[in-house]
Amino acid sequence: MTARSVRSLSGALKPLFSNRCPGVYGAASCNQRQKSTYTPPPARYGGRHTVTLIPGDGIGPELGNHVRELFRFCCVPVDFEVVNVDSSVASEDDINNAIMAIRRNGVALKGNIETNHNLPPSYKSRNNLLRTTLDLYANVMHCQSLPGVRTRHRNIDIMIIRENTEGEYSSLEHENVPGVVECLKIITKTKSLRIADYAFRTARAKGRRRVTAVHKANIMKLGDGLFLECCKEVASGYPEITFDSMIVDNTTMQLVSRPQQFDLMVMPNLYGNVVSNVCAGLVGGPGLVPGANYGEDYAVFETGTRNTGKSIANRNTANPTAMLLASCLLLDHLKLHAYASMIRRAILSTVSETRLHTADLGGQGSTSEVVQSIMNAVQSTGPQTLSI
Amino acid sequence: NRFQLEMQTVTLIPGDGIGPEISSAVMKIFETAKAPIRWEERNVTAIKGPGGRWMIPPDAKESMDKSKIGLKGPLKTPIAAGHPSMNLLLRKTFDLYANVRPCISIEGYKTPYTDVNLVTIRENTEGEYSGIEHVIVDGVVQSIKLITEDASRRIAEYAFEYARNNQRNSVTAVHKANIMRMSDGLFLRKCREVAENYKDIKFTEMYLDTVCLNMVQDPTQFDVLVMPNLYGDILSDLCAGLIGGLGVTPSGNIGANGVAIFESVHGTAPDIAGLDLANPTALLLSAVMMLRHMGLHDYGNKIQTACFDTIRDKKVLTKDLGGNSKCSEFTADICRRIQDLD
Repeated sequence: MTARSVRSLSGALKPLFSNRCPGVYGAASCNQRQKSTYTPPPARYGGRHTVTLIPGDGIGPELGNHVRELFRFCCVPVDFEVVNVDSSVASEDDINNAIMAIRRNGVALKGNIETNHNLPPSYKSRNNLLRTTLDLYANVMHCQSLPGVRTRHRNIDIMIIRENTEGEYSSLEHENVPGVVECLKIITKTKSLRIADYAFRTARAKGRRRVTAVHKANIMKLGDGLFLECCKEVASGYPEITFDSMIVDNTTMQLVSRPQQFDLMVMPNLYGNVVSNVCAGLVGGPGLVPGANYGEDYAVFETGTRNTGKSIANRNTANPTAMLLASCLLLDHLKLHAYASMIRRAILSTVSETRLHTADLGGQGSTSEVVQSIMNAVQSTGPQTLSI
Repeated sequence: NRFQLEMQTVTLIPGDGIGPEISSAVMKIFETAKAPIRWEERNVTAIKGPGGRWMIPPDAKESMDKSKIGLKGPLKTPIAAGHPSMNLLLRKTFDLYANVRPCISIEGYKTPYTDVNLVTIRENTEGEYSGIEHVIVDGVVQSIKLITEDASRRIAEYAFEYARNNQRNSVTAVHKANIMRMSDGLFLRKCREVAENYKDIKFTEMYLDTVCLNMVQDPTQFDVLVMPNLYGDILSDLCAGLIGGLGVTPSGNIGANGVAIFESVHGTAPDIAGLDLANPTALLLSAVMMLRHMGLHDYGNKIQTACFDTIRDKKVLTKDLGGNSKCSEFTADICRRIQDLD
């Protein structure tokens, strides 16, 4: 047995011990979530990949099923390890199991896990926990106008890179005086440099000409000021890329009047939340845009705007495009590019057919009709399927 | 009844850059409409008070305290003057806790969004803009977002009062309590408590990201939005962008003790200052908002109708609205329409 697998065995055994003696190993649950210090080997055996699937709540489970159905139809060499996370229980065992599974497999596809915001602060957002524990520091969303989807603005092609682990989402709050709550927003130099570096590397790799940093440094001089400085520092190493910055309120105003001016945008956590939702709305809504969360060693794919879709769950009306495009991003990450392009082509040709549009795009199509149409499109590209 | 309405005093702060010319445009239009307003012009350059603290000139403060209503043009923020921005000083002096921006689509000024009719009410004193920041260790900065029970209750009460007084049907609290459980949770709780006293108005809660997502797809679903400082800053500018930008958006700041200052939120535009090219619409619509606040709805409606008719007609538009007329021509056209309406 190699040293690596011995370590992974001990990692797998830790939860067994902590569950047996909960009183003695009180801090064990914290230890389970400590950042892993070794690079996991790829979860691939006999040419087949294993990917963690977290169905989540709302429309998550049905969309996850459609992904599995489509992959099976296309003979994609991916097996899904399903880990359910029950958002209604207070225990964090479920999310810890999910994190363990993602550590094991390296890649995951996830639906949004609901957070009941009326519960006390000790109940942390499961999604946030997952992102911070696995250190998925970059949230990448690519918003582009799709042919066949009618929107107020045309020719939008914006890539949004959002810092995913710190900023306003540090969940550090306290009430020193009754009636006065302080919430801490943390900005660090290391994480800001890291996300800026990621943004510029991505810009260079994808041939993007301009990077815009979004901030509010005129008010939060130290915090966002630090973020901006880090971006400028990294920008100096990429002379072929134009770097500029824009204040967040002006950014949203520009986005609704002239979104075509933006190329790639990088920003801290909360502004990323606002800007990515505005951009998703501009190109057609939450049903169309996939999102990816990248870390040093792990990657988790989901819908871009992270909606649970409780009100439309189990009605066969959800738009599967976002989740299916996210699964294509997953295939690209696993270097299964041929499958990814084949499925993506089929999805985009289906989206351009107006009569199949689901309710969020103003049509009356059902989820299953859309998925069926995608499968037909894949089948009609015939010989390519056989050659893979 | 006209002879029963006495002249009410309003403190006018023309401001810098294009401030003076748009202020005189507004005064001219009010004169033509025979609105019972007496303007008291004051300047607000920062001066150092006895304790060494920066403050606004005492005659300006006195005038505001007496009249309670103010109309303000754009003020320039000097970069290295050593004193904080004038807007901040005014906010602190009069405890202007609510920033109100009604965003209504202007017929005749086309944007991709039509039928926008919503109001953003933003808490203006605390939240993320508390200005409390520390460097913990080199490379780690902490900014503090402060949410207090009193400020949250006050803004919620104002929002519901505004909705009731202006015949609006619903109030939506915008928050991110799934992540910031304690702070936005406190804000939400206060909104819910206040909503209990206003059963005639529908109260809903929505996440900030959902609001942004839905706002750019279908802004007609929103009515009155109430939120803490940062979200308010972003959303109010987003909504201003929907109707055409800061050049046509009115804004009002409500303070404690009945003080209210209405202002245009665009910049001082130093490049066109003094050239009779400025667009007075934002300041004019803010003045209309002021008239409504004072109960002078008839005058407000008359002036607003004249202004919108001029814009819809497209014959005398300033450069930023797509025409090439002068500010004085635009103003004269509005005055003519007001006289025709009488």
